[in-house]
Amino acid sequence: MGKWMRMFAILGILGIVAAGCGGDDEEAAGGFKQCEAGETDGDLAFFNWSEYMDPDLITAFQDEFGVTVTEDFYPSNEEMFAKIAPGGTGFDLIVPSDYMISILIEEELIQPVQAAAVPNRANIAEKFSDPPFDPGNTYTSPYQWGTTGIGIDLGVTGTDIPHSWSLLFDADVAEQYGLDGRISLLDDPRETMGAALKYLGYSLNSTSADELAEAEAVIADAVSRVAAFDSDQYSELVVAGETIVGHGYSGNFLWDFEEGESEYTYFVPDEGGTVWVDGMAVLAEAPHPCTAFAFTNFLLDAQNGAQLTNYNWYASPNGAAEEFIDQEVLDNPIIYPTAEAMKRLEFIEDTGEFEIEYTDALTRARG
Amino acid sequence: MPVEAPPGDAPVGEMESEGASEVVTPGLERQAERAKARQGFLLGLPTIIYLFIFFIIPLGFVVAYSFATRTRSGRTELRDFNLDAYARLGDDIIMTVAWRSLWMSVVTTIICLILAYPLAYFISTRTPAVRNMMLVGVMIPFWSNFLIRTYAWRVLLDSDGLVTQAFEAIGLGDGRILFTSNAVILGLVYGYLPFMVLPLYAAIERIDWSLVEGARDLYASGWAAFRRVVWPLSRPGVIAGSMLVFVPSFGAYVTPAILGGNKEGLLGSYIVLQFLSARNGPVGSAVSVVVLAVMLISTLIYFRSGGKNL
Repeated sequence: MGKWMRMFAILGILGIVAAGCGGDDEEAAGGFKQCEAGETDGDLAFFNWSEYMDPDLITAFQDEFGVTVTEDFYPSNEEMFAKIAPGGTGFDLIVPSDYMISILIEEELIQPVQAAAVPNRANIAEKFSDPPFDPGNTYTSPYQWGTTGIGIDLGVTGTDIPHSWSLLFDADVAEQYGLDGRISLLDDPRETMGAALKYLGYSLNSTSADELAEAEAVIADAVSRVAAFDSDQYSELVVAGETIVGHGYSGNFLWDFEEGESEYTYFVPDEGGTVWVDGMAVLAEAPHPCTAFAFTNFLLDAQNGAQLTNYNWYASPNGAAEEFIDQEVLDNPIIYPTAEAMKRLEFIEDTGEFEIEYTDALTRARG
Repeated sequence: MPVEAPPGDAPVGEMESEGASEVVTPGLERQAERAKARQGFLLGLPTIIYLFIFFIIPLGFVVAYSFATRTRSGRTELRDFNLDAYARLGDDIIMTVAWRSLWMSVVTTIICLILAYPLAYFISTRTPAVRNMMLVGVMIPFWSNFLIRTYAWRVLLDSDGLVTQAFEAIGLGDGRILFTSNAVILGLVYGYLPFMVLPLYAAIERIDWSLVEGARDLYASGWAAFRRVVWPLSRPGVIAGSMLVFVPSFGAYVTPAILGGNKEGLLGSYIVLQFLSARNGPVGSAVSVVVLAVMLISTLIYFRSGGKNL
């Protein structure tokens, strides 16, 4: 039958596709849309870590501003980056961690904060106002901060345990406490390789290929004793008795330990671990930047900031919020580590071109 | 899962070739035939456009990506086309994952066949009313989402789970099954069993039982009648079912992630890992291309070995 017809159809489709692709470039020339304080420009698409947001705060924001918030979740910075980097996701607001913020700024994937639209930035505590990964908080506003360490079921192991990464990585320790097949590690290249580097006594920002290779060997050796690589359910697994020891974030462990029937604890090992700050960033191609800034401002409100910490049990970078935070939370050294404990903690930093070596090493190690 | 295409459902391509065949016909007849072909094309157009946009173009991207360059920051750039990603396919880790996928999907297929054949045989020898009810029974699991059903297995298989306790009670090993390769195989068998039952049922149901009667009249034992008559006649169903189970288990992602603890992945998980975590687009694409090729070859073998008779 008529070849011309087929040609015509294909050309037509190509035209439609080309037109669809071309549309994206519209705004690039004109810079970013300017927003005023409290202004909204449509429904918010919020891309956040799982189990990190108080649903009541979302409801309150929706009621106050008359917009709908759709929340989607990611388990690691790398996965979030892989999803937003090609563009066209429709997300407005993301919550990357420190080192990922540097990468996103460098890749021009996030836009500068419009300070006029976020007056509550005045509430940010001084020590979070000028972070090294985003000088002057030009691109981000801090969300929450916390640590990464080990959560453990003391009901099984007893209280006499080493406060060391060896609980996750050492075969003899696993044997002694019956941890074989009862360990979970984060499914996160920087955190998991970082824990192994700390266990070996190196910096978790090492850019030495040899040190990273050693860390890779540590993980590869541990894989046979690991039940799961999991960044969402590690705390639930411990509480359900499915694992005994898990690698994960402070707040999530505390949150789930409340539900459990055994005796649990969370600690950052003596070898040191990760402290992190997550920031709210508006994507460069956000369809609704003004709603995103309005939401940022809403969360930086003193009472809302306190409510978030009282809910998720991560520490607040919001100085003004402190007076509204429950005393039991403020006094908890797991949520707010002591000055001495802070000395052992390290921020994950952007290692530039070495970054990809971390992901490759973890991919190889888990086999 | 329609196994046999009803005659009215002939693919558009066939209609086209019918019209394009160079038979010398008088003008009017020829025109009518052309009109018929055009009609067929127009009717198929929405599907053709859909497949073009959502299948052909993305597939083109996957192939192009597999030859692309990965920058130091993990971006995939469509320039300096090369075979680096394909060179990586021989890596120990990829070979390990590929072998694991292969044997797991083969084991899954065999278990499904062993479980499904007697069931399909049983169903197809019932009265029509009972048959239909049992077929609905086979399809009931599809009423709820696969992800939710897989998470439900997680609850059943964990240390305090029903399955684990039952196994312990009858002395079949101790400890849990969750996060082992047995759990993954169990999940795969559970998920794909209906895909084996339905084509087997379709094949066995169509068998002319007078042939079996004939065999018995000629003093064939029950076993011989099965081996010489029923089994060969049901073979198209066996092949179709095996294909429908083997192909998706070979690329399984959800089951190993949820029941296998996201380690010792299969090729499906390995591809996802390459894209989302390792940010290695070219290697992820190259593995996808190879998996596609394997599936294509399996499908061709299926058509060659009597799939046409279905």
